[in-house]
Amino acid sequence: MITIQACLDGLLLGILFALIAYGMALQWGVMNIINIAQGDLVILGGYIAYFMYLYGIHPAWGVIVSPIIMYFVGIAIYKLVINKVVDRDLFISILATFGISILFMQLMNFAFGADVVLANSGYGTTMLFDNNVVLPNSKIFSAFISIVFAICLVVYMKRSKLGRAIRATAQNARAAKILGVDTEKVYAATFGINAALCGVAGALISITFTIHPYMGLPYTIRSFMIVIVAGLGNLPGVAMSGMGLGIFEEFADYILGTEFRIGSVFLLLVLILVYRRFKLSRKREYLK
Amino acid sequence: MKIKNILITFVSAIALLFSTSVVSFAKVVGDKIILGAAISLTGKYSSNGVHTQNGYNMAVDRINSMGGVKVGGKTYKFDIIYYDDESNPKRAAQLAERLISQDKVEFMLGPYSSGLTKAIAPVTEKYGVPMVEANGASRSLFTKGYKYLFAVLAPANLYLDVAIRTAVELNGGKGVRIAQAFEQDAFSQDVRLGILDAAKETGSEIIIDDKLPKELNDMAATLVKVKQMKPDVLVVSGHTKGALTAIRQISEMKVDVPMLAMTHCDAAKLSKQHGKNSQYALCASQWHKTLTYKDDFFKDGMTYAADFEKEFGYDPPYQSAESSAALLVFKDAFERANTFDQKKVRDALAATNMQTFYGNIKFAPGGQNVDKPMVLFQVMCDDAGKCENKVVAPLKWASAELIHPVPKWSER
Repeated sequence: MITIQACLDGLLLGILFALIAYGMALQWGVMNIINIAQGDLVILGGYIAYFMYLYGIHPAWGVIVSPIIMYFVGIAIYKLVINKVVDRDLFISILATFGISILFMQLMNFAFGADVVLANSGYGTTMLFDNNVVLPNSKIFSAFISIVFAICLVVYMKRSKLGRAIRATAQNARAAKILGVDTEKVYAATFGINAALCGVAGALISITFTIHPYMGLPYTIRSFMIVIVAGLGNLPGVAMSGMGLGIFEEFADYILGTEFRIGSVFLLLVLILVYRRFKLSRKREYLK
Repeated sequence: MKIKNILITFVSAIALLFSTSVVSFAKVVGDKIILGAAISLTGKYSSNGVHTQNGYNMAVDRINSMGGVKVGGKTYKFDIIYYDDESNPKRAAQLAERLISQDKVEFMLGPYSSGLTKAIAPVTEKYGVPMVEANGASRSLFTKGYKYLFAVLAPANLYLDVAIRTAVELNGGKGVRIAQAFEQDAFSQDVRLGILDAAKETGSEIIIDDKLPKELNDMAATLVKVKQMKPDVLVVSGHTKGALTAIRQISEMKVDVPMLAMTHCDAAKLSKQHGKNSQYALCASQWHKTLTYKDDFFKDGMTYAADFEKEFGYDPPYQSAESSAALLVFKDAFERANTFDQKKVRDALAATNMQTFYGNIKFAPGGQNVDKPMVLFQVMCDDAGKCENKVVAPLKWASAELIHPVPKWSER
């Protein structure tokens, strides 16, 4: 029973991780930017849902409101910072997002306070197997919403004009530009979409777990790892590796103890980096 | 370009000069006794840092308006220089140096949290500056042989000791089976050591002993173990996030355990955030407003709470109450020493034996307060869903009867 419980817990958690990782993969694939501030965008999205909850609106509506606000936050970050450093060395853009991450943490701390907060959904619990396996409905809701958003995104990328432009730019920016794609707009939109996905995930996290201004980094690390395992532009891969990571974490927690949970994620990251001999491409195909 | 650079260098040099040559304060200026404090006004401890500062300010105003401090036939008033330590131990230690060597402060009040107190204590010790602190409970603060450190609060290892003893008592004096989950930080690990001691003395058995990570927001795995092994007591300590996460997941996973004891429920505003789900949780606290300790300045807990609410607009958490008590201790020590000689004030502090609205205060040689037990309160909700914290142990101070065992989720 413990095995089933751990698998299900991990699976539901992993689907949520995969959503965050998908945003990272998209941005990484299109712009070759590794966004260290990913986790902080997630937490900011969570605060939006939390404030809705404070004002008496059910936090589940956060999964709609939060991405809309976060989309514009993403575009603003792109316009203010990213587009100024994106044509420099890869290292500079990592540093820039690292700086954004620190700035966001401090701003959130300043604006929302250092208290740990959460939004109550009041969704209750599902009991399975003669009450031996319990699944909070909020976790099931999170996984369901994550899947819905992932599917919407895939369809959007395949069907819409902007989606096609994004994919074209990711494949070959120069060619896309020659063929009339406004790459600048594509880059801004990519950043916005990533932030919007973070917003959805954040709203879900505030319903399922807790949020705190300094809790972003573990989410960045997880999505980084999922993307590295799956490779860029490989959505099924991201989903699989997300769920795999979720289950791995839960089992590490049961077997090694909770204190090694995050530690084992870091260890796995190191092992994967060594094993996959992952090379970041030094050259960036960025067109201004 | 070159001229611009020179200009910038010049301006920054002047700015630097001004920033470091602030007017020096001596320990006592005119009729003022100047105390120094580094407080976390920003950073992760900022909310509790503000509670601490409010507590200090409340006591300063009260003591000053009620006649101040009488030393050598003259009346003095308290004043505090605050710096923001940004919740950062390194910064706190620097600021302590600055307060002592630049601002010439000769008496200090403590910062918020054990970690920051640990950073500051070596500095105050080096300069022989007496420090009364109200928010560092870690046991390791009191085993280093510090001579100038005095803490008005009970040490961390006693936080949940009373919960285990109560459980054993209710079990007819027989040992109980304990499940525990503690964050890996200095404070929570001290709480854990206290539980280990209590378990050994009462013949209790620890069946789950999990450590929680700093980034904790999911303890489902621990709770599944609890469901399987069915302990008599579940003890959780992981600051605010530990308390919030535990209640959320215990209620979602319908974990039935006869007794649930935690730390930091006050700060987590458990009943406010979780409502009825937090019902029956036991919380360790340094102070509660219904305790009947008395003093001349704040009268008693209820009056203190009312006055505090009037001034700051919220119910005082124990962090504020203990901070206010630190000032009362200083006043008492100055008057008994009847001088501002640091060594004599230190000796007077060491000989403190008084009652404040916050509790009795008497320091052990290590500097911890040994005369004030921890209290346990239980979250109790009425049918309308309004929850209140009621003191249930120790019996002497109890304002309500402990509900034990906690009703099963299926029966709620």
